[in-house]
This record gives sequence, C-alpha cells and structure tokens, in this order.
Amino acid sequence: MNRTEQELRQEILALIERNARLEVEKIAERLGTPPADVARLIEEMEADRTILGYHTLINEEKPDEARVRAVIEVAVRPERDGGFDRVAHRICRFPEVRTVYLVSGQSDLRIEVSGATMREVAGFVASKLAPIDGVRSTVTHFLLKKYKEAGVFLDEEEDYERLKIVP
Amino acid sequence: MFFWMKKKTMSASRSSPDRIARHIAALPRSGIRDFFDLVSAMEDVVSLGIGEPDFVTPWHIREATIYALDRGHTSYTSNLGLLSLRRAVCEYVAGDFGVQYSPENECIITVGVSEALDVILRALLNPGDEVVYHEPCYVSYAPGIRMTHGVPVAVSTRESDGFALDPAALARAITPRTKALLVNFPNNPTGANLSQEAKQAIAGLAIENDLVVITDEIYSELTYGARSPSLAALPGMKDRTVFLHGFSKAYAMTGYRIGYACGPPDLIEAMMKVHQYTMLCASRLAQEAAVEALRNGRREMEKMRTEYRQRRNVIVRRLNEMGLPCVPPEGAFYVFPRVRETGLSSHEFAMRLLAEKQVAVVPGTAFGACGEGYIRCSYATALDEIEVAMDRLRDFLAGL
Repeated sequence: MNRTEQELRQEILALIERNARLEVEKIAERLGTPPADVARLIEEMEADRTILGYHTLINEEKPDEARVRAVIEVAVRPERDGGFDRVAHRICRFPEVRTVYLVSGQSDLRIEVSGATMREVAGFVASKLAPIDGVRSTVTHFLLKKYKEAGVFLDEEEDYERLKIVP
Repeated sequence: MFFWMKKKTMSASRSSPDRIARHIAALPRSGIRDFFDLVSAMEDVVSLGIGEPDFVTPWHIREATIYALDRGHTSYTSNLGLLSLRRAVCEYVAGDFGVQYSPENECIITVGVSEALDVILRALLNPGDEVVYHEPCYVSYAPGIRMTHGVPVAVSTRESDGFALDPAALARAITPRTKALLVNFPNNPTGANLSQEAKQAIAGLAIENDLVVITDEIYSELTYGARSPSLAALPGMKDRTVFLHGFSKAYAMTGYRIGYACGPPDLIEAMMKVHQYTMLCASRLAQEAAVEALRNGRREMEKMRTEYRQRRNVIVRRLNEMGLPCVPPEGAFYVFPRVRETGLSSHEFAMRLLAEKQVAVVPGTAFGACGEGYIRCSYATALDEIEVAMDRLRDFLAGL
C-alpha cells in the first residue's frame, strides 16, 4: 500500500481543511507515515502556496460574534489591457472585503463584505465601492441566515436512537 | 372474564419446553445480547462495539429514496428484484469483481446478506448436511445453518496465520456429508483477508469435493491493500459459488436492509422459490436507493474507506503500544487484539472494561469459542471517540 507523495499531500490537505489545528503527530498517525514526512510536505505546500493560510470558522450566529455580511454583485467595465484585473485589485485592497471572485453571468465580480452594522456596509458600498472608476453598478444582498459554510452544516442534525452494540 | 381466565390457564399449561421447536430451543442465546442490555442501560459509554458504519447514508442515496416515495413507488417488485437494480448489480460485479452474471437469471435481490444467506442455506441443505465455515465469524453463521437443519462444522482460524483460513485445516474438516463451504473475507470480527494463493487452494478443495461455496463479500469494498480476486472469479468456480453482497457496509445503508446474491441459474432459481414464499421481495424503496448507490456512490464510498483506513492506523498503533497485540486488519472495520496476557477471559475483560472505564468492546467468544483470549474493537466510530476509548483502555490496563 505505497502511496505516492501526491496522494499523501491530498490526504493531508483533506484532513487540515477540516481541522487546521490537527497536530502533525496526529496526521502522521492517521496516515501511517513518519511525522517528519508530514511536516516536510506541509512546509512544501506552504512554500509553493498550495496552502495559503489557516482560517477559523466562527459561528457568526452567536450574538457576541454578530457581524453583518453582504454579497455584492458588481458590474465592471472591462479595460483594453487587463480586463477586470485592475478594478478587482482595487476592490481587494479594502479590508472590509473578504472575498472577490470573477464570475460568469449577469454581473462580473461577486464580492463579500463584512461590517459591524448594516449602515457601515451600506456606507462602504455607497462611498467606496460604487464610485470606483470602472464600476458600472452594484447589487447588494445582505446575508440573513447561514445554513452551510466551508462544508460545515451550521444547523446541527438531531441525534436519533442507534444501537450501541451490533454484532 | 371466566373465558379469559380459562384461556390463560390453558396457555400456561402449554408453556412447556416442547412448545418451542427443538432445533430452535437448542440454539444458544447470542453472547452479545446480555452485554447489549447492560450497555444500553449505561451513560457515557464509548462504544467500540458497533458493527455498522457510523456514517449516515450519503445524502444522494437518501434523496433518491425520497424521490422514489414522492413518485409513489411503493409497490412490490418482481420476486428477483427490480430489473434495473439487477442490471446495475451485475454490471458492478463484472467491473469490480470480474465475474459476469446475467441479470435475468443469475441475480436475486434480498433483504440484506442475512436473508440471502438464510435463503441459500434453505435452498441447499437436506437435514444433516454439513456446512464448513470458519471461526471466529459473524454470529449468525452457525445458528443459520442449524435453523435450516444443517450441521455447522467450524474450522478455527489462528492469529499466527493472520486469521486467514488455512486450506489444510479446511481439508481436514471436509467429510462425505459436507455440502457447502461458507467463507467471509474481509472478516468480521478479525479484519483478516485471504491471499490469492489461499483462495486458489480453497477453490481446489471445493472442486475436488464437489462443494458449493458461499462467499459473504459484504466488506469487500473496505479493503485497505490490494484486493485478491473473489472466489467466484477463480477458474471453475462460478458454477459452484454463490456470491453474497449488499449495500450496508460500503454505502452505510444498514437500516435499508438490502443485499443480493449472484450465482448459477439453478441455485438462484431455488433461492427465488424460498424468497418468493417467505419475503416476496425486498423493499422497493431500498431497491431504488441501491440503484442510486451503484450509479453514483463510488466517490462517497471511497471517502468513507479513506476515513476507516485512517482510524485503523490509529487504533492498531495504540493497541500495539499499550501491549494488546493485534494483526493489522486488511479489511472491514474491526480489529481483534489479544487480551490473553492480562489473565482475564474475553468476557471478564469486556465486562470489567465496561464497568470500570465505560468502554464497550465485544468479547471474542461471541464469534466462536476460539475467540477466547481476544476482543473485537470496531473502528466504525469517530476518531475522537476512538482516541478517548484508547486512553481509557490504556488506563484500564495500567490498573489491572
């Protein structure tokens, strides 16, 4: 059962994508691989930017963590050299902006913005985002409830009666 | 009132031992039952006693079941099962096991492998016919043979052979009364698998002694190394092999109760007779779910297998570290460590571990007398639970 380094890499990624805090020793134990190999592969993936960072998934439904989030569709006038890149890069620089995607369909960029209040987010759109040269229009969707994020189902499923001993 | 009392008196007088059929009364109560009652009454138990996936059936399969209900597909099906499912099964068995069966007359859909096994035994055995099987094994094999008026003949597998079936031991168990051979690899409870050489030797014995081979392949997908070919795929074996398989383990569909048997037309026809008069057909909803599992289930199945393999690596290492030696399981989701050196019997070990550390394992003796000195730990449990169980087990050993 010799796995290639590529397979090991994928299995490591699958594990730390679910739990970035999983220790190298535990990953190694699960994969049946020496810890030094796991540490090396992770370092390599960090160096070649396969791993870009480690995030914490915070339940923003908790009152103390409440943030306002909005998904904004942005229509952009593409430029002769560089298409959407210049405007996208400009938008990326605002710390309020969490994600920026170029998407197919009606709008061009789909961005996610977070703020303390709805007014703050609305203010950002009106005074920062919309006036950018090249932005033709924006449509703002405030997030009302999150059901699933980063592969995690946020409403816990009910337990049901299962046997504790099965032959 | 008077009438009722009279009836009650009558029934009391009839509750003598011969009220129950002798061959049923003679069956032992499953060794797991008492243990089960005890565990059910306890709180904070970490159970390594569960012989079914802890995963929920993949959503696309559940969704397909709901869709079948939506469309009102709640009727009986043909006795053999939906032709669409038999086609999907035969295509899958051909592709993954290299044996070609005809969906028309060489495949029958059953209520799990349990029913398939019961039906083939009923179809095969005359009273007194012997069926050779190996122990430790799934708890229902010997009772299943007894209930169909056969004589179970157990061959012990040994830790020194990695719990693989030794063809020489098998040869010694075969008599002129032997009708069939029942094998299950990857094995519950040991996790053992058979090499191609061992399978070839077993096939040779089956051919030489004109035996029917019943192969229970329920854990086949959960093989962690290379998978040796099925007994059914070996030369000269297809006509004498009944290939039993199902969806419970690979697709986490235990509660659906759905499985199948593939084999030569005369045996499938005989099985169909029994199945027709006892079960009529398997649940249609489960059959439609099974079609979805075969069509689109491979990716989810492989994800589950990866997870089981990781758990296996953790549990095997921990057990060996704490001084409970175990053969690294090659398949299924069980590990069968030796506890003999603790000086406790399997049963004492399991009872005390449960009482003192609230960890449930199954005594090896539940799977046959030769399971004495071993316990079965299932790793069909989330890794953090396995880690807690291993810590508790280590503490338990330290306190002995």
